[in-house]
Amino acid sequence: MSAAEDALRKRSDRNGWLLSAPALILLLFAASGPLLIVLVYSFLTPGQFGNVVWDFNLDGWRGILFTRDIFEGTLVLADAHLTIFWRSVWLSILTTVITFAVGFPTAWFIATRPPKQRAMWLFLITIPFWTNLLIRTFAINEVIRNEGLLNTLLIWIGVIDTPIQIVYTDAAVLIGMTYVYLPLMVLPLFAAIDRFDMRLLEAGYDLYASRLQVLRRIILPIVKPGIVAGSILVFVPSLGAYVTPRVLGGGKNMMIGNFIELQFTQGRNWPLGAALSMTLLVIVMIALLIYVRAANRGDNPHG
Amino acid sequence: MTTQVTIAVRNVVKAFGAGDAAVRALDDVSLDIRKGEFFTLLGPSGCGKTTLLRLIAGFEMPTEGQILLDGTDISALPPNKRPVNTVFQSYALFPHLTVAQNIGFGLQMQGRPAAEVDATTKRMLALVKLDALATRKTSQLSGGQQQRVALARALAPQPKVLLLDEPLSALDLKLRKEMQIELKRLQTETGITFVFVTHDQEEALTMSDRIGVMSHGKLQQTGTPREIYTTPVNRFVASFIGETNFLPGTTVPGGVRIGSGAVVETATSRPGDVTVAIRPEQVRIVAASDPGAIPATITNLVYFGTDTHFHLALADGTEVVSRLQSGTDEARLTPGTAVGLRFAPGAAQVLED
Repeated sequence: MSAAEDALRKRSDRNGWLLSAPALILLLFAASGPLLIVLVYSFLTPGQFGNVVWDFNLDGWRGILFTRDIFEGTLVLADAHLTIFWRSVWLSILTTVITFAVGFPTAWFIATRPPKQRAMWLFLITIPFWTNLLIRTFAINEVIRNEGLLNTLLIWIGVIDTPIQIVYTDAAVLIGMTYVYLPLMVLPLFAAIDRFDMRLLEAGYDLYASRLQVLRRIILPIVKPGIVAGSILVFVPSLGAYVTPRVLGGGKNMMIGNFIELQFTQGRNWPLGAALSMTLLVIVMIALLIYVRAANRGDNPHG
Repeated sequence: MTTQVTIAVRNVVKAFGAGDAAVRALDDVSLDIRKGEFFTLLGPSGCGKTTLLRLIAGFEMPTEGQILLDGTDISALPPNKRPVNTVFQSYALFPHLTVAQNIGFGLQMQGRPAAEVDATTKRMLALVKLDALATRKTSQLSGGQQQRVALARALAPQPKVLLLDEPLSALDLKLRKEMQIELKRLQTETGITFVFVTHDQEEALTMSDRIGVMSHGKLQQTGTPREIYTTPVNRFVASFIGETNFLPGTTVPGGVRIGSGAVVETATSRPGDVTVAIRPEQVRIVAASDPGAIPATITNLVYFGTDTHFHLALADGTEVVSRLQSGTDEARLTPGTAVGLRFAPGAAQVLED
């Protein structure tokens, strides 16, 4: 390499760094900074009226799983916290599974329309994004509440006598999250199915595969990147969902997001809230690792 | 000679669309494909040859008529219930599987034991000379290699009939020639009935045992390459396969009187206005003084290396092409020369129009 080429390469390297500097600085302060603050807060002591006192201890982290008995002052396992964790993970898994079950046929339907119609269908899928999440959630509430659309209709046609209690149950949270996150599943699935070569279906049928085998052995493995992307896009925000469980789950069907909020408001326990936030981050990371590893398994059985 | 019929196509009609807008892709096609033969469906694009292949494969259902396999009606069976495999024009290899997994796919779906799948896959890899690439993904292969995988995959379940939908069209000329020989070898080695679809007449002539020429959804003629070439039944077949001179005329005793007034002796005959077809290589140029020769004038000549094409005009202006082996005659046969034409005995065909 000549000296001139070397100089050119160095200059282009430097320009690259300079050009990405604004983005890097923004990322450093906007993403890593607050995360670091939250991490530090989780090791401090709660102040009397919220805020924190600069006194390092592990009470925040201990508070995730244990609670101090008011009368005896001993540490006992906090069942309520575990229930909240479990409800969050379980509802998020269910949301992911249901959005996939509903989203896959939808995405397939859109991808197999004539190209001119596809844009229209995708447009319809994105319409919910135009409205604020809170308003959409209240709309769902309006449909499923005891005096709402669904119950009124069912009573009117005589299927039921008394309203079904849906709102303020886990089912309501599930319905709400499925509705809110469905587009996030459909869009990556559509992108994957759109790239899928439909001629492979005929090749599969020709080689003695049944419809189910074509789905399992050909379609699903090939559109897997879309399934993984859609699942992550649905699972991660589901786990941290705040508005939906707050509006549709009522006060008692909390998820992690609401629990964290509680610590920063009425709970006045910022270190516990900070520790819970970090725990949520870790749960998401572990879940993603497990998921991606499981999704990649069987990709290359022959090495 | 008794021959066993493997595929029998009986009065098959295939219409796409409905009502007045319906298009008949296949219009009353009947055809017998014999066991173990290399049968080619030849025709221009849109003639219905691929539709017929898809009907045999089971991707389409006939609107009318039947398709029999070894005497059994398979018209209503889905593709995965037919012992027939297809080599697709696009190859349609499974991108998420290796070469070996692609080849073994059909056997696996048939529920064959793993040991048998492995053994057959190995044999197929050897047959198409891809042993070294068994664990590669298909996207890492060249076009010719992908073609071989597609062939091996379709042959592995040992189908009764192998359908090939213009499989060589994506390959360059040199590779295409190699694969033509390769296909013929595979067909001979496996003894499986091949039904090959192409629009390339040369490909059809060199590879096939028999050819079915199609046009506008109808089967025009079925026969050996030699029969199709030497005795085409109509103008379409004569012009689609090879080059032909067409001479309109009327039937007279002993032959056909063509436009220039000359009488051409023909092997066959039919009354009224007819067309005589004669291949350029069957037209010989003789001296103008030759008794019985048809008078003509050379208008142009085109040199092709081994052959030279002479363009000639008859007395009434009808154009005739004669193909002769290049030699020393060119010096004598220059444009403007008056010559005589003779047709090889039995070579002039009377066509139904």
